[in-house]
Amino acid sequence: MNADELLIWARGPGFDLALLVFVAGMLLRLFEILSLGRKRDLAEGRGCGAVGGLRTILSRTLPRRSVFLKEPLRILNGYLLHMGLFVAIFLFGPHIDFFKAWFGLSWPYLPSGMVDAVTAVTLLSLTVALVLRMNNPVLRLISTSGDYVAWVLTFLPLLTGYLAHNHLLLPYTWMLALHILSVDLLLVAAPFNKLTHMFAFLLARWYQGYQAGYRGIAS
Amino acid sequence: MSAPSVEKGIRFIREQIDAPVASFFSACVHCGLCAEACLFYTQTQDPRYTPIHKVALMRRVWESEFTLWGRIKSALGLTKPITEADFTEWETLVYDGCSLCGRCSLVCPVGNDISGMIRKVREGFAAAGHAPEGLIGATTRAIEIGSPMGVRLPALQAQIRHIQESTGLEISLDRPGVEYMALLSSMEIMNFPEYLEAIARILRQAGKSWTISSKAFEATNSGIQIGASDLARVLVQRIVDAAEELGVKMVISPECGHGYTAIRWDGPNLIGRPYKFKVKHILELLDEFREQGLIQTQGLEEARLSFHDPCQIARKGGVVRQPRALLGLVAANFVEMSDAGAMNWCCGGGGGVSANERADALRLTAFKQKKAQLDALKVDTLVTACANCRITLEEGLEANDMNIPVIGLTEMIAEHLVETDRIEEKSA
Ligand code: SF4
Ligand code: SF4
Repeated sequence: MNADELLIWARGPGFDLALLVFVAGMLLRLFEILSLGRKRDLAEGRGCGAVGGLRTILSRTLPRRSVFLKEPLRILNGYLLHMGLFVAIFLFGPHIDFFKAWFGLSWPYLPSGMVDAVTAVTLLSLTVALVLRMNNPVLRLISTSGDYVAWVLTFLPLLTGYLAHNHLLLPYTWMLALHILSVDLLLVAAPFNKLTHMFAFLLARWYQGYQAGYRGIAS
Repeated sequence: MSAPSVEKGIRFIREQIDAPVASFFSACVHCGLCAEACLFYTQTQDPRYTPIHKVALMRRVWESEFTLWGRIKSALGLTKPITEADFTEWETLVYDGCSLCGRCSLVCPVGNDISGMIRKVREGFAAAGHAPEGLIGATTRAIEIGSPMGVRLPALQAQIRHIQESTGLEISLDRPGVEYMALLSSMEIMNFPEYLEAIARILRQAGKSWTISSKAFEATNSGIQIGASDLARVLVQRIVDAAEELGVKMVISPECGHGYTAIRWDGPNLIGRPYKFKVKHILELLDEFREQGLIQTQGLEEARLSFHDPCQIARKGGVVRQPRALLGLVAANFVEMSDAGAMNWCCGGGGGVSANERADALRLTAFKQKKAQLDALKVDTLVTACANCRITLEEGLEANDMNIPVIGLTEMIAEHLVETDRIEEKSA
């Protein structure tokens, strides 16, 4: 198989399959959670659960002051990481062209030089996250192999994308093929590791916020 | 009831897993920030006290039984089964190293109610026979005697007689048709009888009719702390039966944090139906009396004082505004501590920790968090609204040679109460 063939497979049938596994897998995870159900709170409420749920979905995006002051690096790096990933995935011209061809939707993009710089920063940020994970005693204790697998799965597409765009290390077509393959891999694996947090955080915040809103307590 | 065993423990953990729990585990990114919220971690720096680590056994049950990937791993024999040794190892984390204060739940960036999960996982530990001796004793006494401290009715009657003789106040037992039924914690009956006198004076002044049930005067619920819902239900049912039999409109939860959680939030869910009466914490009620002009106060406390928010009343109970409004009546020099209100730090004695002698040293270490807050404030007096916080604070302060008296807020309001000459209570 040469580079062209690999590229064609990775962005064609490979991607289709990966996307299918991703969507089906995430739906399965959603079903696994929701099908467990929960009991209605029979205590007399003070407020509206749904309002509380929505409020917590928004409010939990900001850290508590006292915890932020203790761990500013870990928290700021978390923001950087997520914003960087967002820019690299959704605001890069060629990605948007790809989405347009696939889903028929498109939106404005950032200059590629800017996305390139953001990608470099995000790679750095992921590296910082890894260093923290490996050195902080709390993180070391609670981390599992799944955390490191998820890290590699996230790091590879960013790295190969950066290398391909800058024509580094391998011929462009090869690197691009590897880039898309790594995305395929990420999509296939995401529903089966902690990357499920990309949707589950909404549920978690909703459930806690719902109870808090209903009871009229902080969340 | 079958004998405790690992299998039973796992089964009880499994039964606790619902959609919220599954969403919490699915959302956890292992960021470790919950540790920074927990006084047992911040004061020991021992990573095992990281809140999410405390529910690791529950995570294992969830993963291996409620996720496709985990089921495949189990089928292939790649899952480590939970053993007696695991229960032994985690027992001290789940009971000694957690006061169910709920602070971690407010800090987790993905919104996990970790504290709620720790409360749930205790069901499994109790069922596996891995609950601390102190809590088992308290629960047994609560079921058999009616009080975790073994306080019997004659002790309460003696207190009532004493108050009646020295103050002329009338406190009736089992009076049907009155508006309120007051609960007490054993700690109040034994160590802080001022509370009973205080509510008697305030309710008389407000012109309210009230009573105490001889069958259900205890507000605490060890069943909830140990994690035995069946026993917790029995204890709640006693109160519900008594209140409904007497036909009261409201049950007053005393200055006891988890007692409030038990009767206000857990109770209806334990007995499977809403109550026919309302439940309020004494501070909620006092603040209503204040708003309605039913009570007035005179004179101000000149001491520099602060308020310790009991976790179950402020963070988990939503009663934050009321104590401030009440202190506004009587305190000239009130100062807030850092993180006051919903983010306040626990005293270290909640969630059954203070009833568990094995945890004494750890509790005093965790108390350093409160000490740091107080050191920064330099107060003369500390006010709170939970008898268990109060005794924990007193012990912690004493152990650290800090000379700060701790006072209950209800009692402080009663001290400043304007008492007009014996308003005759309208007979009900
Ligand atoms: S703070 Fe929340 S997401 Fe982070 S480790 Fe703790 S439970 Fe998991
Ligand atoms: S509930 Fe409180 S004591 Fe328990 S783990 Fe959370 S922060 Fe720590």
